[in-house]
Amino acid sequence: MANPTTDNPKDKSKNAAEPEYPLTTMAVIAPIVGWLIPGGGHILLKRYGRGVLLMISVVAMFVIGLGMQGRIYQPNGGDILDMLGFVGDVGTGVLYFLARIMDWGNVMAANAAADYGKTFLIAAGLLNFIAAADAHHIALGKKP
Amino acid sequence: MNFNLNLSHFSAAVVFALFASIVFGITQRNSTMEQVKYGLYCFAMFVGGVFVAGWVMALIRR
Repeated sequence: MANPTTDNPKDKSKNAAEPEYPLTTMAVIAPIVGWLIPGGGHILLKRYGRGVLLMISVVAMFVIGLGMQGRIYQPNGGDILDMLGFVGDVGTGVLYFLARIMDWGNVMAANAAADYGKTFLIAAGLLNFIAAADAHHIALGKKP
Repeated sequence: MNFNLNLSHFSAAVVFALFASIVFGITQRNSTMEQVKYGLYCFAMFVGGVFVAGWVMALIRR
């Protein structure tokens, strides 16, 4: 006996048209909040432990980077490497804008520690991008 | 910012490894136990990589 749910061509076309993980409002808002406030996307999705750990990690790397006299890149650096540095830095969301407003990190690398600091700042932003993408996946239902 | 932090290359690498491993563990695995295991694995690989790279550079320098 034919299975009416699988053999009907109309049902097949309907299933193919529906995405496995439909895009929801939260799936858009969570990564934006996660980008602006490190760990905020996870906290918004009630993953409090993960959110707090992500926040501590990204904020600590950002503060350590500034403490090591790392440089904050600006969008109009002119050099392609400066632009890539800006993309990394801007990943920290409000921390980047706060640093620009307060004029933190407006120094030229004068020693090795400052170079490490610059790397910490960029890595903090890139890690926060990963965390924001993770929040998106959680909101979609791809990840518990 | 008005504070100055002086970390050696090794201590900076360990601090970097710690925080990067936490983020990797949380974002790349699903269950809590898997996240802890993967975070520890990443940390060991980061710090192990520092030692390996250090020894390679020391041998090249000789």
